[in-house]
Amino acid sequence: MSPRTETAPTHVGGATTSILEMRECGKNYGNVSALRGVTLNVRQGEVTCVLGDNGAGKSTLIKIMAGLHDYNAGEMFVNGELRHFSSPRESLASGIATVYQDLALAPLMSVWRNFFLGNEIKKGFLGTLDVPQMKKVCGEELTKMGIVIPDLDRPIGALSGGQKQCIAIARAIYFGAKVIILDEPTAALGVKQSGVVLKYIVKARDAGLGVVFITHNPHHAYLVGNHFVILKLGRVVLDAHRDEISLDELTAEMAGGKELADLSHELRAADPGKVVEPHTVTGGIDAPSGVLPRVGEDGREGVGTPRS
Amino acid sequence: MARPEIGALIGAVVVLVLFLVVAPPFRNLGNVGTVLYGSALIGIMAVGVSLLMIGGEFDLSTGVAATTSGLTAALVAWNFGLNVWVGVLVALLVSLAIGAFNGWLLVTTGLPSFLVTLGTFFVLRGANLGITRNVTENVATTSIADMDGWDSAQAVFATTFKIGPVSIKMLVLFWIVLTVVAAYVLLRTRVGNWILAVGGDDAAARAVGVPVRAVKIGLFMFVGFCAWMLGMHLLFEFSVVQSGEGVGKEFIFIIAAVVGGCLLTGGYGSVVGAAIGALVFGMTQLGINYAGWNPDWFFSFLGVMLLLACIVNLYVKKKADAR
Repeated sequence: MSPRTETAPTHVGGATTSILEMRECGKNYGNVSALRGVTLNVRQGEVTCVLGDNGAGKSTLIKIMAGLHDYNAGEMFVNGELRHFSSPRESLASGIATVYQDLALAPLMSVWRNFFLGNEIKKGFLGTLDVPQMKKVCGEELTKMGIVIPDLDRPIGALSGGQKQCIAIARAIYFGAKVIILDEPTAALGVKQSGVVLKYIVKARDAGLGVVFITHNPHHAYLVGNHFVILKLGRVVLDAHRDEISLDELTAEMAGGKELADLSHELRAADPGKVVEPHTVTGGIDAPSGVLPRVGEDGREGVGTPRS
Repeated sequence: MARPEIGALIGAVVVLVLFLVVAPPFRNLGNVGTVLYGSALIGIMAVGVSLLMIGGEFDLSTGVAATTSGLTAALVAWNFGLNVWVGVLVALLVSLAIGAFNGWLLVTTGLPSFLVTLGTFFVLRGANLGITRNVTENVATTSIADMDGWDSAQAVFATTFKIGPVSIKMLVLFWIVLTVVAAYVLLRTRVGNWILAVGGDDAAARAVGVPVRAVKIGLFMFVGFCAWMLGMHLLFEFSVVQSGEGVGKEFIFIIAAVVGGCLLTGGYGSVVGAAIGALVFGMTQLGINYAGWNPDWFFSFLGVMLLLACIVNLYVKKKADAR
């Protein structure tokens, strides 16, 4: 691994340092390029929001950071080191924890087993699981985060979506993640549950973690985000700090900005009858009336003809 | 009430009471050994099969794999004139290799285990017959009872000893020990946690760093180990192995695991439950005989038992989840 000598930190002497940095990263699947020239900075104690429509490249971005896919253009630095992850294990070992949309929880397993999955506490020479200790820690960590689950032996599938999301986040924080990547954590939740999850994101940020918050909801993003990146068709189309952009601007950008204006124009052109102003209708064109042309049995046109 | 083996336990008590009432010889303490032996013949494989099912996979090759193991030991020892123990060791390697192959093919191709092991089942079924006939010009192995190492090997795999009036076969002891060890591994070790996770959601397990491929291959190899234990017992109990044996047994092992509370979809189940499932099977088999019922109906009775156990399991699980 080459130490970052030629790439100076972006925030020299600043309050925050970059833990994960992507420079001109790209990923091709065969001929299809899913991600092109993406530059992204994740800093400690900041929430970096990645917004984008379906197919914008958000999933590919997550997979690169989580170690499921390797990138094939550009560079990725983790703690200042150039890295290529070949497995999720490597990414985890570097302090990057990913909380997926499906949460990576086994639904029929109990809460405490899920919490410690892959990081079980062992004791004795036989490597017996220290069940009382695991339950105790799990209960404490969840209480700290404000989740109260009376019976940790319950299968995790019996909990609500928000609770599951919070357990997945609490687990990542407890096991020493420095960066947590949250893949659409609020997408499947109601308003209240989303609020709970957003509070956790703030808690994680205040605990000094770098948070990557992937979402397509600009309102949720603006509530907690310090930095906003919008992806479109695999490219970064906006990269702005909170000070540089308002919620309205973010929403407009996210909704498509110029593209949306173009679309509106196009729709008008396609169906003038529905969009044109009232005075133009009364002015000129007649609505079709009377007998419309139809095709006769012999294939020739016209039993009746339109009035001209 | 939340444990997966509750349904099987209720079933076992019902079957026990039923046959205690209708079959007087069933009450004879001396027959406990026979019931346990019948159960162990199923149970020893059900240990491996239930762990595998909790890990989310099937194995349809288990019945014939046990026969393959017995045949390998007998043929290697007889054909090359070696000590019986050499055959036993070769059989262990072959059984583990079959398991490893099943697991490797599964994780490499991503084919469902049903198809992979169905293929292995037919391959082994044919090979059992083909190789045996090639070596011995017969459909069974030649007896190896007069060869070096037979006595000591028989003492290990097929002894009978007495506890009071009850004579217990060695296999029963193996079955109980293996069940206890496997239950401990499943519930109280890290590997056990991984098995539950891999069966419940393998993508989730992979995402938190569980070595999913290694766990699956390991499970298939453990099933291979169980097949070896059964194969060795059959060889040293009867001194010859019929090459066509074991076909159809694979479903009985799966039934024992399912009666014991293992979900077909994986991620949930119990090794102790599978042992109780095997016990239900053993009691039924002998109970029907002792009660003087027509044994032709044995499989129908078994089918009813299976359905009832599944319904009870489902009911118990729903109750437990709804708390």
